Amino acid sequence: MAAIDDRSAAPEIESIDPNAVKKELLSKYPTKVARKRAKQIIINKVGDDCAAPEIGANSRAIPGIITQRGCSYAGCKGVVLGPTRDFVNLTHGPIGCGFYSWLTRRNQTRPPTLEDPNFMPYCFSTDLQDEDIVFGGEKKLRAAIQEAYDIFRPKAISVFSTCPVGLIGDDVHSVAKEMKEKLGINVFGFSCEGYKGVSQSAGHHIANNGIFKHVVGLDDTQKEGKYKINLLGEYNIGGDGFEIDRVLEKCGITTVSTFSGNSTYDQFANAHTADLNTIMCHRSINYVAEMMEKKFGIPWIKVNFTGAGSAAKSLRKIAKYFDDPELIATVEKVIAEEMVEVEKVQAEVRQRCEGKLAMLFVGGSRAHHYQDLFAEMGMKTISAGYEFAHRDDYEGRRVLPDIKVDADSRNIEELHIDPDPDRYRPRKSAEQIEELAAKGFSFKDYEGMMPDMSDGTLVIDDISQYETERMLEIYKPAIFCAGIKEKYAVQKKGIPMKQLHSYDSGGPYAGFKGAVNFYREIDRMVNCKVWSFLKAPWQTNPELAATYACE
Amino acid sequence: MERSNYVSTTNACKLCKPLGACLAFKGIEGAVPMLHGSQGCATYMRRYIISHFREPMDIASSSLGEKHAVYGGGPNLKQGLRNIMTKYGARLIGVATTCLTETIGDDVPMIVKEFKKEMGESGLHDLPALVTVSTPSYSGTHMEGFHAAVRAVVEQVSSNEDSAHILNLLPGFLSPEDLRYLKEITDDFWYPSVILPDFSMTLDGPALTDCEKIPGGGTPIEDIRRMGGATATFEFGSTLADFNSAGKFLRDRFGVPLHQMGIPIGLRETDVFFDALERLSGTACPEKYVLEKGRLIDSYVDAHKYLFGKRAVVYGEEDLVVGLTSFLSEVGITPVLCATGGKSGHFKTAIERVTEGIAPPAAGPEGSSAVQPPAVYEGMDFQQIEELALQLSPDLLIGHSKGYPLSKKLGIPLIRVGFPIHDRFGAQRILHVGYRGTQSLLDLIVNSILEAHQDDSPVGYAYM
Ligand code: SF4
Ligand code: SF4
Repeated sequence: MAAIDDRSAAPEIESIDPNAVKKELLSKYPTKVARKRAKQIIINKVGDDCAAPEIGANSRAIPGIITQRGCSYAGCKGVVLGPTRDFVNLTHGPIGCGFYSWLTRRNQTRPPTLEDPNFMPYCFSTDLQDEDIVFGGEKKLRAAIQEAYDIFRPKAISVFSTCPVGLIGDDVHSVAKEMKEKLGINVFGFSCEGYKGVSQSAGHHIANNGIFKHVVGLDDTQKEGKYKINLLGEYNIGGDGFEIDRVLEKCGITTVSTFSGNSTYDQFANAHTADLNTIMCHRSINYVAEMMEKKFGIPWIKVNFTGAGSAAKSLRKIAKYFDDPELIATVEKVIAEEMVEVEKVQAEVRQRCEGKLAMLFVGGSRAHHYQDLFAEMGMKTISAGYEFAHRDDYEGRRVLPDIKVDADSRNIEELHIDPDPDRYRPRKSAEQIEELAAKGFSFKDYEGMMPDMSDGTLVIDDISQYETERMLEIYKPAIFCAGIKEKYAVQKKGIPMKQLHSYDSGGPYAGFKGAVNFYREIDRMVNCKVWSFLKAPWQTNPELAATYACE
Repeated sequence: MERSNYVSTTNACKLCKPLGACLAFKGIEGAVPMLHGSQGCATYMRRYIISHFREPMDIASSSLGEKHAVYGGGPNLKQGLRNIMTKYGARLIGVATTCLTETIGDDVPMIVKEFKKEMGESGLHDLPALVTVSTPSYSGTHMEGFHAAVRAVVEQVSSNEDSAHILNLLPGFLSPEDLRYLKEITDDFWYPSVILPDFSMTLDGPALTDCEKIPGGGTPIEDIRRMGGATATFEFGSTLADFNSAGKFLRDRFGVPLHQMGIPIGLRETDVFFDALERLSGTACPEKYVLEKGRLIDSYVDAHKYLFGKRAVVYGEEDLVVGLTSFLSEVGITPVLCATGGKSGHFKTAIERVTEGIAPPAAGPEGSSAVQPPAVYEGMDFQQIEELALQLSPDLLIGHSKGYPLSKKLGIPLIRVGFPIHDRFGAQRILHVGYRGTQSLLDLIVNSILEAHQDDSPVGYAYM
């Protein structure tokens, strides 16, 4: 047993100087690269006013340095619009891009009946060939749209452009417009060529713009419900959205639309009838919230349903917004009910997990959100970073005015939005807003990840493979969270690795049941005896150390 | 049986070209594959390859942005090469193009030449081998990318300075387990071989590889250099007739005799491989394999009662489908549909070659008495495969994971082989080739059929 347990021989973290670590991480880079990375590797220090040090986020990846990042097509088609089940997502391009984004994110969806359309298991592509590249792909695109219509009769068809499309000059928007008129269904295109922007983040923005321009506001039907919200930036990976829906329903809160887990075209069309926008993943979806506020007068707040405590906090915040004693009482009752099981399991896993170290390098919000879950288990996040986030996701929206717009971001369209002449209806009057503010309620309130992290922790943007390896060797964390691309490299080093993109095969982790699920799973992972077999012989038997001189 | 023709591809049965190239490069010692294009392709392909093999897979990218798409990606490519050299200590960098750089027309060999010159001028002579390959996905599939990369490697690395008593073995895209077995076979013939590519270690490595004493695996570059002087080349693939393969290059440039043969799956195709080895080495087939073959034939006979007349749909890469079809025909299974996303133009002839005079004739769909030849189609996607399969009442599917929805719809077993397998464990250790691989496929198929049979029966038979 002793031999097994001593894998946790992680160094005393107090004895590690983060400055030395940073230096070490940079030491092997050529000067130019080191200079750039130095701005992206930050030792956290939160000031009295909650200000965090500046981080160099959302800048181009360095050629040849292997990054976790994807492209804007991946952000647009793969992330934001992939999870909508009832319109046909047609990839315009050669076969690979579409193939790789074919149901690979474990988004779940639940059509009401088996007869209802669900195109998520499909991968539609124009599969461009030589001659299309030479003579242009518009003709093929037109025919492909017609074909998708003839066979599937979808409510809408959306077209996603991959790199070559922009270069050969295909105008997907005019083809879409033409086909929309011809077929009488909504057809719209996205110029989300992979070379736009520095990561999938550009694609999120493009997706937000497109869905807002072409779909949101098309259907004014008022849904039943006293407290109507939209849930933005929740993609229903591993069934997270189902758990959140369960909790909201139990509280009597109606979700008009989710962007975009388990979503449908009609939900988007109707989203502007909600009275509050709640944002889970700030990075991927804040644009839609901003636009809905300008055009329809719906305010937005940041929520987080990852972590039982955070879920409770978010529910209370929503209740406070609607300012209705009945809702407030229901929410408290629901929280009390749900927390019984949560607290029981928390206490149980804390016995085995307390004090262990975690590292999280994922996404544009999860590296932040999941720290709450780890904290609830008594685990400490020693280092974290995002893959494709911007400075506001790290340092909070307070820095928005200072963010320099570089050439890559300038190329992404900013829609100019005016209030809708008929449908603009501020959900809260100026006095109400003031009143809420006086009670400590704030809108558009994302404080970012860094102010929530301890001083001396390392915040690393767009961590490279090499840095990952060094961090593991230096800190020997009990668990490392990232995606499938990092999984096996990390595990080969004998360190448990949890995927926070696709959740391995697990989930849900959101809400209360999700939290319990997560505690149990992480407890099993970090305390599993299988890791003891990964020791090199000289680790289990120090006398051998001399003979194996290769550690 | 006619298939419908569509403009678009729905649920493709092929992947893109650079993915194949990256896999091939990964089978070379100390190699880092690199894609010249925007980073998304590299990320997507890494994710895809990693989740199949459950192993790390590095693919670097020159990370082009909008600006570079307009002005060309040369500077980024050079910077990327420099960073890979310093950061990863690469011994070979395999640069494959993507649709982006092909479309803008970057001249990669030229850029790399310039790069070498610049490095030389700055006093850096100890460069890794730099191999470039053109892989636009708008013509061809991942298999063309794979073969093109193998050819590029020998073209740009091999020489015939020393003639050597070695066999060049170009297996194509097989599993790490297959590659290990092939190595074992050539070793047992006491014949030195160079297997290119060999990702048996790099894509199925043991834990604890940080210990430098354990070699990282992959075909050693020194061995690739010697391939031009080898005694012979064996190249697997029945549909490569028009392809500028590595084997052809070695034959045409250096005069290395080339034996192209099908992937050795099933008795007859494996016999061809072993016969060729016997002739080359002048050694009789080692007893171990004689016994393997004997046991395989014995099990063919034993399995016959379960398999005869069963109808199979086989899909995937062309050469793999040919090998599997050959094997299925031998054991009495009727291949009713052979489908591939590739378009070599030789698929049908290859299928005919391996089924002729042996494949049991397919009875027409239920209720009809017509006898049909197997339907053989290139350039297929799963939409088309499904439409045909629904009319053919098959008993089983053989292919990769992407056929699962169809197997679910038809309620018949799917025998998972090849790539990608993302819904089962151990894909890297599936053995497809040789007597032993055929044996394990046979056992798998028989057991899947028994299982389906057992599950369908209301009686709890535990004796079948
Ligand atoms: S652009 Fe080409 S190379 Fe890149 S993923 Fe798409 S098909 Fe493959
Ligand atoms: S070609 Fe462009 S759009 Fe397609 S995967 Fe590559 S970067 Fe993304």
